[in-house]
Amino acid sequence: MLDILSDVDRWRADGQRVAVATVIRTVGSSPRPLGSKMAVSDDGGIAGSVSGGCIEGAVIEEAQSVLEDGRPKRLSYGISDELAWSVGLTCGGEVEVLVERIDG
Amino acid sequence: MGFDSLRRSLLAGERVVAFTRAEGGELGARLLVWPDGRSEGTLRAAELDRTALGLATADDLPATGLREIEGVEVFVETFEPLPQLFIVGAVHVAIHLVHFARRLGFRTVVVDARSAFATAERFPHADELVVEWPADYLARVPLHANTYCVFLTHDEKLDNPALQVALEAGVRYVGALGSSRTHRKRVAALLENGLGQELIDRIHAPVGLDLGGRRPEEIAMATAAELVAVRNGRQAAGKR
Repeated sequence: MLDILSDVDRWRADGQRVAVATVIRTVGSSPRPLGSKMAVSDDGGIAGSVSGGCIEGAVIEEAQSVLEDGRPKRLSYGISDELAWSVGLTCGGEVEVLVERIDG
Repeated sequence: MGFDSLRRSLLAGERVVAFTRAEGGELGARLLVWPDGRSEGTLRAAELDRTALGLATADDLPATGLREIEGVEVFVETFEPLPQLFIVGAVHVAIHLVHFARRLGFRTVVVDARSAFATAERFPHADELVVEWPADYLARVPLHANTYCVFLTHDEKLDNPALQVALEAGVRYVGALGSSRTHRKRVAALLENGLGQELIDRIHAPVGLDLGGRRPEEIAMATAAELVAVRNGRQAAGKR
């Protein structure tokens, strides 16, 4: 949380909308612990991380609609999920992420 | 979603527990609870809020993770205040230690009575720089269980009284620079001053893991590595 704070503060001061993704569940080997966060801004700014780089691209894409409509999303990535291979979850575990827009 | 309140609390060094609904139509509904019983927001069900409040005000704060509360899947997240590091002695090692410690997520304060050392020019990167007798300073600021203190002055007049304040306050970590001979002298002085052996045994001396280095930046890195080991609950393996 604290690792993304200064970027989030700056984006919000610029009047940008910001979405935050949080790791809420991990199974097996997972590069980032529960509670790890990544923030995404309207302008495409990225702070923090939710994996070792495997799922960030997919999460950023999903975050666009959250930025637009403000409705939170729970996303799952894992071996059993075919999409996971396409986004390259090579660490072999499962990760679930909650994405929400900061509305104050 | 309570972001602003959470942000304020974390920066003020408060503990907060956040409960977030992780499934269903109320996905994202959030209740923030402070250990003193204050709360903000709601999980949009009275009995859920009540149970969550009880969890967050218990002696042992809940671990971060998903859990079932009243049949609903909730993501519980316990936010600890930022660990704070007090570096006593605005010496060369301290300049490097501030870099490493801040990068590792410690709020870092440098304190020294010697204004020639404790200058903004040498420590533009510290969160706070204090020119004051270290013992006086440590006695007047809140030292909590997430506080780490490192003593680097090489001057027992500055180090020892401040060491005593830190040990008596029950901080998480106390480390002191110096050879084993210096440390024996230090221990004798602290015993003479009435400090108990069990508190004295908590001093990590010499400070840091054994990385074999002697340069200031190497000592700073060894010290930072020990801070990380302690923060993660490890008995440091590479101890001298």
